[in-house]
Amino acid sequence: MNRDTAPTDWKGTAMQKRIASRYAAERRFKLFGLGAVLLSGAFLAFLLFVMVGNGLRGFTYTNVEVPIDFKAMPLTIDASRLGDTDADQVIANAGLADIVAFAADEALGTDGSKLLSENAWKEVRTAIKADPELLTAKTVFHLPAASEVDIAAKEGAKGALGAKVEALEKNGKLSTGIHWSFFRNADATDPAVAGIWGALKGSVLTIFIAFLIAFPTGVLAALYLEEYAPKNRWTDLIEVSINNLAAVPSIIFGLLALAVFINWFGLCQASALVGGLTLALMTMPVIVIAARNAIKAVPPSIRDAALGVGASPVQVVFHHVLPLALPGILTGTIIGMARALGETAPLLLIGMRAFIGDVPNGICAPSTVLPMQIFLWSDEVDRGFVEKTSAAIIVLLIVLLSMNALAIYLRNKFEKRW
Amino acid sequence: MTQDDLTIADPKMKAQGVDVFYGEKQAIKDVSIDVGTDLVTAFIGPSGCGKSTFLRSLNRMNDTVASARVTGTILLDGEDIYAPSMDVVQLRARVGMVFQKPNPFPKSIYDNVAYGSRIHGLAANKADLDVIVERALTRAGLWDEVKDRLGESGTALSGGQQQRLCIARAIAVDPEVILMDEPCSALDPIATAKIEELIHELRGKYAIVIVTHNMQQAARVSQRTAFFHLGTLVEYGKTTDIFTNPRQERTKDYITGRYG
Repeated sequence: MNRDTAPTDWKGTAMQKRIASRYAAERRFKLFGLGAVLLSGAFLAFLLFVMVGNGLRGFTYTNVEVPIDFKAMPLTIDASRLGDTDADQVIANAGLADIVAFAADEALGTDGSKLLSENAWKEVRTAIKADPELLTAKTVFHLPAASEVDIAAKEGAKGALGAKVEALEKNGKLSTGIHWSFFRNADATDPAVAGIWGALKGSVLTIFIAFLIAFPTGVLAALYLEEYAPKNRWTDLIEVSINNLAAVPSIIFGLLALAVFINWFGLCQASALVGGLTLALMTMPVIVIAARNAIKAVPPSIRDAALGVGASPVQVVFHHVLPLALPGILTGTIIGMARALGETAPLLLIGMRAFIGDVPNGICAPSTVLPMQIFLWSDEVDRGFVEKTSAAIIVLLIVLLSMNALAIYLRNKFEKRW
Repeated sequence: MTQDDLTIADPKMKAQGVDVFYGEKQAIKDVSIDVGTDLVTAFIGPSGCGKSTFLRSLNRMNDTVASARVTGTILLDGEDIYAPSMDVVQLRARVGMVFQKPNPFPKSIYDNVAYGSRIHGLAANKADLDVIVERALTRAGLWDEVKDRLGESGTALSGGQQQRLCIARAIAVDPEVILMDEPCSALDPIATAKIEELIHELRGKYAIVIVTHNMQQAARVSQRTAFFHLGTLVEYGKTTDIFTNPRQERTKDYITGRYG
């Protein structure tokens, strides 16, 4: 054999060195990658640990045992009015709060009523409305403790309060139960009755409206741009605008919504309707981009096949392209929606950061959303709200995780393999 | 005159002075060709010579390419297929197409074949549709292989079966012409032989136009052969003449393997 050059020395020291450094580079790269995975895993674990550790306590509440004898302290009201719409007012006017306070003082010693939440008597009121027979008997109620008593019972406390709580615990007057009013109520100034339900319902309504508007518009826009629009300077411009729109900071959408929906159209302030419209504006570009990518990924051979047997362009889109693109579109949409669900900034500007003490009863009623509720509670002075904040974060995370699970489920369900 | 004579008295499709442009670039230059009703016509030529482009202009599949422009006339039974009165959807049902890569829909075998009839409303009821599906699959030589698993996905079949499924899908709408764009280029020799056999059987029922890179295949399946080079039709004639006694030097060079 004739060679122009000397044969390569595959076994020489220079070559061995090169091989060694190649293996070392490989090992280093693997190590860095593993390190990155472990670091992000550690962050996630830390977050979950802290949240769950703090938050789980927020789902329970300390109750104090108070016997109330309505035979000894009659509540003078007309039992027939208990079914009326103004029953709450009637019972309040009859002085139930004083009776409960008196019973608490009697059962728990001087200032016993201070150990109860100032809204404790409302629990009694609810019980009476459900069962008027209580008015003629002596009943033992488990009423929510005051916020600082609840914390003292959970964490322990020093001083007079600590001693008192310890004594109560020893006498078996304290009990811990699931904090039902947390799941039933809207925001309140008293942590004993503040609840997440108002914010949760507000979030659900808001996201629902955002989805109703953003999904069809986004998908139709993507279909038109991919399947029908001519490829020219105008569609390029539209494409660039949509990409830019997806990158616009969310607070700017809030300003836009304030100017357009509230000031110009005069829609209801701080409502799920306007919140949903705002988030729809914000999510739509994300959906358009996801849908366009999913549509682009449908193989052109399928379009050819359908056109080849004489399908019209609309039939090609609805019989073939859309069903094949749907898993990708749904995944993109749900990820966009999950982002919208965690969004606070644009909703600040349309008034959803106001204190809303009632559960919203419609899309036009003032409401707030979960992340906003977390923000508001984290700002509260009362220590009782610390664990409520964590509990609200857990609720938000559960909602987000279920949305992501839904995305995975839908993708697997509709995905076609070939 | 026998049927195999070069002059075609009553051509199914007739192209006259056809030019196809992609933007500024001219892909087909002044091609005139007659496609016989009972014949298999093969288009051969080196890659990029425009034979597929010309094939796709016969059922206006080039319409989907925004920059494509076709001039000249192409007649189907004497009717201009580029005339405004011609409905392109119906045209493609009458001039069916089979593609290079098997492209069944990711649906069941039954739905693949039934799709064309469904969108054109060719079947009055389920029983009718069953008949259409069975007949198309039988003609495509696939019925015995798939009759027990019509509900399975068409994409689960082997490559050769998928291509015959695509042929069944095309003939289910009862076309007059079937265009085949290198139908065997993605198949192994056994599947190729089956498709060629199928083309023999379909001849006479449909006018068939096939684009192929494989000159032996053109010689085996066709009665007419057109040789394209650089966008022009160099020679068109009886397949036997083209392969044994080409009139043009370029044709001779190509079929003897001097280039291409």
